[in-house]
Amino acid sequence: MNSKAAPLRDEFPLLAAAPELRYLDSAATAQIHRSALDAVVRHETTRRANVLRGTYRLAEAADIAYAQARQTAARFLNAGSTDEIIFTSGATASLNLVAHAFGNTLKAGDRVLISLAEHHSNFVPWQMLRERTGIELNFIPVTSGGELDLVALPRLIDARTRLVAVTQCSNVTGAWTDVAAIVAAAREVGARVLLDGAQGVQHGPQDVQALGVDFYAFSGHKCFGPGGVGVLWGRGELLAKLPPFLTGGGMIASVTPQATTWALPPQRFEAGTPPIAQAVGLAAALDWMMTLDWQQIHARESRLCELLIEGLQRIPTLRLLGPAPSAARAPIVSFEISGLHPHDICQVLDAHQLALRGGHHCAQPLLAALGVEACTRASIALYNDESDVLALLDGLTFALKELR
Amino acid sequence: MNEGNSLYQDAIKQFARAAHGHGQLAAATGEAKLDNPLCGDRVRMQVAVASGCVTAIAHETRGCLLCRAAASVIGLQAVGHDANGIKAVAHDLESILHEGGPVAPGWPELSMFGPARGYPSRHGCVLLPFRALLAAMAESEMKHVQG
Repeated sequence: MNSKAAPLRDEFPLLAAAPELRYLDSAATAQIHRSALDAVVRHETTRRANVLRGTYRLAEAADIAYAQARQTAARFLNAGSTDEIIFTSGATASLNLVAHAFGNTLKAGDRVLISLAEHHSNFVPWQMLRERTGIELNFIPVTSGGELDLVALPRLIDARTRLVAVTQCSNVTGAWTDVAAIVAAAREVGARVLLDGAQGVQHGPQDVQALGVDFYAFSGHKCFGPGGVGVLWGRGELLAKLPPFLTGGGMIASVTPQATTWALPPQRFEAGTPPIAQAVGLAAALDWMMTLDWQQIHARESRLCELLIEGLQRIPTLRLLGPAPSAARAPIVSFEISGLHPHDICQVLDAHQLALRGGHHCAQPLLAALGVEACTRASIALYNDESDVLALLDGLTFALKELR
Repeated sequence: MNEGNSLYQDAIKQFARAAHGHGQLAAATGEAKLDNPLCGDRVRMQVAVASGCVTAIAHETRGCLLCRAAASVIGLQAVGHDANGIKAVAHDLESILHEGGPVAPGWPELSMFGPARGYPSRHGCVLLPFRALLAAMAESEMKHVQG
């Protein structure tokens, strides 16, 4: 595999059908891999039935497929047990699940520590919890490069801190969080750790046991799977003690007019009909990801990222956001160009078949900390190649002429 | 890019740069601040209304070319109109964006937003200043009614 050609591109139906498209918005949604799409179609056309309810053979087949999807997700995360895998509608639902289920075990005066680098989906649920319960919400500041400023950690975490909920990787700057330092600080005070893996999963299988966290959330559409499905992993002993979030069918042990008792995890947290075919499709994507040489992919993505940053640095009045160019980062590069609005930039780029996102990227506290209102973001994935980066640099040259 | 179909016609760039009405009013009777949740763009619109009609207008617009151009058209044209007149123009603008409808009488500049019809995600950019203007006029009217 080299940086000039992306042999994987042909494995993505949309990209294969649109060879002119330069898709550089994978931090928002990655393209779906053919295996995931095929798995969804196969499931819906041969095994479509509700799960954990029917005894006929079709329903049994659906049960088996759904259970296998859970096993695959557990392998992808190196979870201790398949019962620790909860299927949700996405990372946002996973994070809200923790904010309600774990959040309901907190009381006024308890502290939750998040960071200013969070996506709104790991920010607003904790503000809502603060309103519901009177917890104290604290914020880890960010450096000028958008990295979590862990120098401030000792004064922000104490025995009242019950949970530290942070991103694994910024969706704006690509900065990776020093998870080990967060976990070590949390353990010292007995706090739990929730890692928002929405941006992490696209860059390879995870090991939640090695990470040492207590919860891990991610979305299927960020890791080459279908939309509408996500995962929350939680430590088994912790999940066993938590109350449900949503209630309804499938999550109970028994219901009487007087009282209801809960099913064991993971069913306790999967009220209603789960996203069955989506989970099967996600599992296919994860299975495929587990066959890849990630060291090689990371090296290739890094080279593309460097090429892009070098080119961007040659554009006058362009300000790069994020870690220093030499620092390790996910292949996400955001920038602002003085006098040009990101929406206008992205609109002109679109006319050149370049798909990028401009705006606040659902991370307004981070952008405020970096001193920008909005920015343009290019996010590189394993199907991008050097021609995509060069086309973007050409497109920006055109945008500068068109918009000024 | 074909100028006739281009989203970024010279007229839009010129109106955005001209920023007609940019600034603040010392004696506003109504004010509104609206955000575009997609990108964080913000329009702060101030109006002075007498006998139901706009007598002065000012805005501070932080946004893309489309948003700034729309605010600039308002700065140039809104004085003299009452709330119903502004509502009718805003309705016509939505019609231009959604259906390619005709341009409102007296507001020929709005034709420059015609090419935005093909870009639904940008309609909010064009409409934000008009929504802010209507909100500012509603606030002015409410204050007037409350005395």
